[in-house]
Amino acid sequence: MAKRIEVSDLNIYYGNFLAVEGVNVSIEPRSITALIGPSGCGKSTFLRSINRMHEVLPGARVEGKVVMDGQDLYGSDVDPVDVRRQIGMVFQRPNPFPTMSIYDNVIAGNRLNNKRMKRAETDELVERSLRGANLWNEVKDRLDRPGSGLSGGQQQRLCIARAIAVEPDVLLMDEPCSALDPISTLAIEDLMTELKERFTIVIVTHNMQQAARVSEQTGFFNLNGVGQPGRLIEFNPTEKIFSNPDEKATEDYISGRFG
Amino acid sequence: MTVTKAPTEPPAQQRTIRRPGDRIFAGAARGSGIFILLVLAGVAAFLISEAIPAFTASSEEIPGGEGLGDYVWPLIAGTLLGAVIALLVATPLAVGIALYVTYYAPRRIATALGYVIDLLAAIPSVVYGFWGLAVLAKQLVPFHEWLDDTLGFIPFFAGPASTTGRTMLTVGLVLAVMILPIISAIAREVFGQAPALHREAALALGATRWEMIRMAVLPYGKSGVIAGAMLGLGRALGETMAVAIILSGGAGATLNVISNSSPSTIASNIALRFPEATGLGVNTLIASGLVLFVITLAVNMLARWVVNRRADFSGAN
Ligand SMILES: Nc1ncnc2c1ncn2[C@@H]1O[C@H](COP(=O)(O)OP(=O)(O)OP(=O)(O)O)[C@@H](O)[C@H]1O
Ligand SMILES: [Mg+2]
Repeated sequence: MAKRIEVSDLNIYYGNFLAVEGVNVSIEPRSITALIGPSGCGKSTFLRSINRMHEVLPGARVEGKVVMDGQDLYGSDVDPVDVRRQIGMVFQRPNPFPTMSIYDNVIAGNRLNNKRMKRAETDELVERSLRGANLWNEVKDRLDRPGSGLSGGQQQRLCIARAIAVEPDVLLMDEPCSALDPISTLAIEDLMTELKERFTIVIVTHNMQQAARVSEQTGFFNLNGVGQPGRLIEFNPTEKIFSNPDEKATEDYISGRFG
Repeated sequence: MTVTKAPTEPPAQQRTIRRPGDRIFAGAARGSGIFILLVLAGVAAFLISEAIPAFTASSEEIPGGEGLGDYVWPLIAGTLLGAVIALLVATPLAVGIALYVTYYAPRRIATALGYVIDLLAAIPSVVYGFWGLAVLAKQLVPFHEWLDDTLGFIPFFAGPASTTGRTMLTVGLVLAVMILPIISAIAREVFGQAPALHREAALALGATRWEMIRMAVLPYGKSGVIAGAMLGLGRALGETMAVAIILSGGAGATLNVISNSSPSTIASNIALRFPEATGLGVNTLIASGLVLFVITLAVNMLARWVVNRRADFSGAN
């Protein structure tokens, strides 16, 4: 079940440092939203605040609202653990659990959610998730081997399989292809296009072509100077951002006239 | 782009260039390695050569008059019992302390607690011995009685319960306090180093803090905890003063840990008997020392095997 996310007046802090200021955006279900912008402007920070991963760092906090299908994720009665079970995340560096087999990695999240599953059910789930992540054929003969024995691209797809195995409503991806070769990158982009039928996907990327290729909506983050908070400068359909953006800064960034 | 021309002169014979710094360091490292082997071999040779007369002597000549086996066996039992009690009590406690310090306590409390635990390691073992004798033994008498009453059907608690508290159970608990800092210091170190990458992976899947610890911290720290426990076990096996002070000692091998008749341990028996031992008595004590050496070695090798068994999954790669 894909869900819509509405963010209003979001300020994100690391201790006293305001890293991201005043984000207002609405993320559509069953679509891919790309976030672009120069390094250090707060894309990762914003992404991590959507599934409440931001606050696991000491001193990190958030002001404002993130509403998913009518529910305020930062409401006082909301458990961040539940939020993270609904909103999955794929990190920039592949991080399969090294102490678990490939098989156990895929169902790690399901083991958390409901304790008991029949062996046949988990077998089926593992195959479905690995197929979903385009990894099944490469690993089906060594499911009991450690996940850390795979190549970087395979590890990243394993992490995607792990994230989609729990059937989240939303999938957040922070530069998922930055450590991958062009072929693995294309594989993951194809995968995203398939996955958006079922999930809401938000992806951070430094690769303009990638944003242009896969996303429906694009948000451009920027910051005015060192020590200044990052802001969401422009949020528009991807076609418009890449052909005729509203903001001068967006155009400069996209055409490479900007750091 | 310019293309660099291939060198015209024939390549000189391939020769590794060795810098003086490298050579000195390699030499020093190799020297240290050889040195520790020599020390170990020296100790083993001494133990073996001095123990041989005890092995070859007839049973009547061994103190006790029942032969070497009957002399050493109760001591082995005592040594293992005390150490195992200590390990069973100290390891879970140390893991709990280490987890609390690294993942639950507010930073100020964590630092303070860390110092306090380290302080435990700085207390000399004689002090532990007197504390065990003067304070803990008396305090534990009711506990001994309770064990005898409620769990008396288990051979370990068969009784009769000691009225002085100078038992193997008390010794084990004192040893547990002594090895607690060793195990918890190492556990704290390895738990603190569990990679943020994997901790965040667990949290992002919707793990609670405890589930995160189970998925990303404990598996990563397991070999470290085992190593720490083995260091602790080594100390518990070899501890002399504390045991010698608390136990009155002397009876045959028994699993009973709450009665007055607990056998002594190898190390404390050597410490108590060595000053007055003569002739074959000395050889017998050294033979028992050799047994302790072998036990400790076996325990360490076992631990190493456990740690290496699933090296693929250790997280070190
Ligand atoms: N753990 C942290 N503690 C304090 N400040 C942080 C922390 N992580 C990030 N920041 C700061 O927050 C700001 C935004 O960082 P963020 O990582 O979100 O940038 P980004 O847009 O993802 O950059 P990149 O494209 O390089 O990944 C930066 O100024 C950064 O220094
Ligand atoms: Mg980033």
